[in-house]
Amino acid sequence: MTPAPDIPAQIDQIYREEYGRVVASLARRFGDLDIAEDAASEALITAVEKWPTDGIPPNPGGWLTTTATHRAIDRLRRESLRDTKHQAALMISDDTPHEPTGLVEDDRLRLIFTCCHPALAAEARVALTLRLLGGLTVEEIARAFLVPETTMAQRITRAKAKIKGANIPFRIPDTSDVTDRLGAVLAVIHLVFNEGYLAGSGDDPLRADLTDEAIRLGRILRRLLPDEGEVAGLLALMLLTDSRRSTRVAGGELVTLDEQDRGAWDRAMIGEGHTLVRECLSRVASGGPRPRTYQLMAAINAVHADAPNARDTDWSQIAQLYDQLYAVSPTPIVAMNRAIAIAELDGPDVALGIVDRLDLDGYHAWHATRADLLRRLGRSVEARAAYDAAIAASENPAEKAYLGRRRDQLSAAG
Amino acid sequence: MTQYMLSVNHTGPYPDPTTDEAQAMFAATGAFNDKLMASGQWVFGGGLLPLDTSTSVDGTGDDVLVTDGVFSESKEYLGGFWVIEAADLDEALKLGAEGSKACGQAVVVRPFASE
Repeated sequence: MTPAPDIPAQIDQIYREEYGRVVASLARRFGDLDIAEDAASEALITAVEKWPTDGIPPNPGGWLTTTATHRAIDRLRRESLRDTKHQAALMISDDTPHEPTGLVEDDRLRLIFTCCHPALAAEARVALTLRLLGGLTVEEIARAFLVPETTMAQRITRAKAKIKGANIPFRIPDTSDVTDRLGAVLAVIHLVFNEGYLAGSGDDPLRADLTDEAIRLGRILRRLLPDEGEVAGLLALMLLTDSRRSTRVAGGELVTLDEQDRGAWDRAMIGEGHTLVRECLSRVASGGPRPRTYQLMAAINAVHADAPNARDTDWSQIAQLYDQLYAVSPTPIVAMNRAIAIAELDGPDVALGIVDRLDLDGYHAWHATRADLLRRLGRSVEARAAYDAAIAASENPAEKAYLGRRRDQLSAAG
Repeated sequence: MTQYMLSVNHTGPYPDPTTDEAQAMFAATGAFNDKLMASGQWVFGGGLLPLDTSTSVDGTGDDVLVTDGVFSESKEYLGGFWVIEAADLDEALKLGAEGSKACGQAVVVRPFASE
């Protein structure tokens, strides 16, 4: 059989898609991430050797898991011959049948809760999730977060050592858990998305690799926890936001929501986002828990997606949703975004009064918001200073370019 | 099963044991200890006398050196600890949270080396 020329690319894609399942299954069975990861890599080497001649098996994920399990057992057998005390000898005689699909999905859920455990440093949670569930290489994760590969490798190694040493379990937390475990998982996925949506540093203003990965993780979580409103809310938020991706940068400049070409927004993503938001609303209407941060942010973005152009935006609904959001998450950033809706309803002077009272001096978007409100009020000298402050505080090249152009359009007169 | 040290770090002076507040804390800590013993998770535990009762001894050289106090002054010092046995970190954190509530101090949860 002649190998198809694109087999290596196919293997690469299958491996990335299946990596999380393979590692999760082996981590549960052997209780050790290093064994799971090493065996997954060995299974890949075997696939690269065999598939080009034998063809890709009908169930490549199952094939990779079975092969990796055999490799892990081989390794444990070798080690137990060297070290008779090795507890792993017990596992070799473990002849539990292959887990049906439902339990395999549970394995991935276990693993994401382990990766996002609050006992791990926040930056390590993101890195571990991308590595173990996303199947990204250490080099790719290092590049995504602009740290040297050795630093990222150490971060991941240290986190895995803590999981092992402190005995962080591979388990879906129960309701008696002392901390908000699901919230920690959602925060990691949202952080990966945000880093891609408006890159905080580096030369690329948008990082589609990161937003795509976050949406993929969001979909996995949604499949695993279909009844959790906040899980649906986060996925909806990411889909609705990302539907605007192709219109958000033009000529190296960020394009603000009111100036985007709405005809080019991705209708399929918007449709999927809307369906999720409606599902959240009906869950609340039928007596479910009050919507929290992600559901409310998704609803706000659904209102934007509904408006055929910026002038038709239902700002009073957006302001009401921001009121609800502020009630569950009373942060100055929420207050600022609420003020942007207030500017449309009650005028930029009222909004500026709110914005000026917020303590957000180090935040680029606060300066940019002030600049825009001052510009609309014709206070050019103050607007110019605010644009300068926003440009200085931003790390994103497309945002800097946009703010620079806006500043240069100000009339010379104050 | 993993053994964990739950250490209670103090900053500032010891609480005055004669106050009602301290008495309530002792009672809550005693109840927590009883619970650990009843569930079989108790390995060892206790409260330490104030830092100025400590003596350093260095036997690494030819002569044994004995000095009053600790090696280095730091803002935090160990006030007491538990050694517990738990299935995993989640269970240890649950106990840590209960112990912390009982004694009125934050608790550091740290695993023992297994062998």
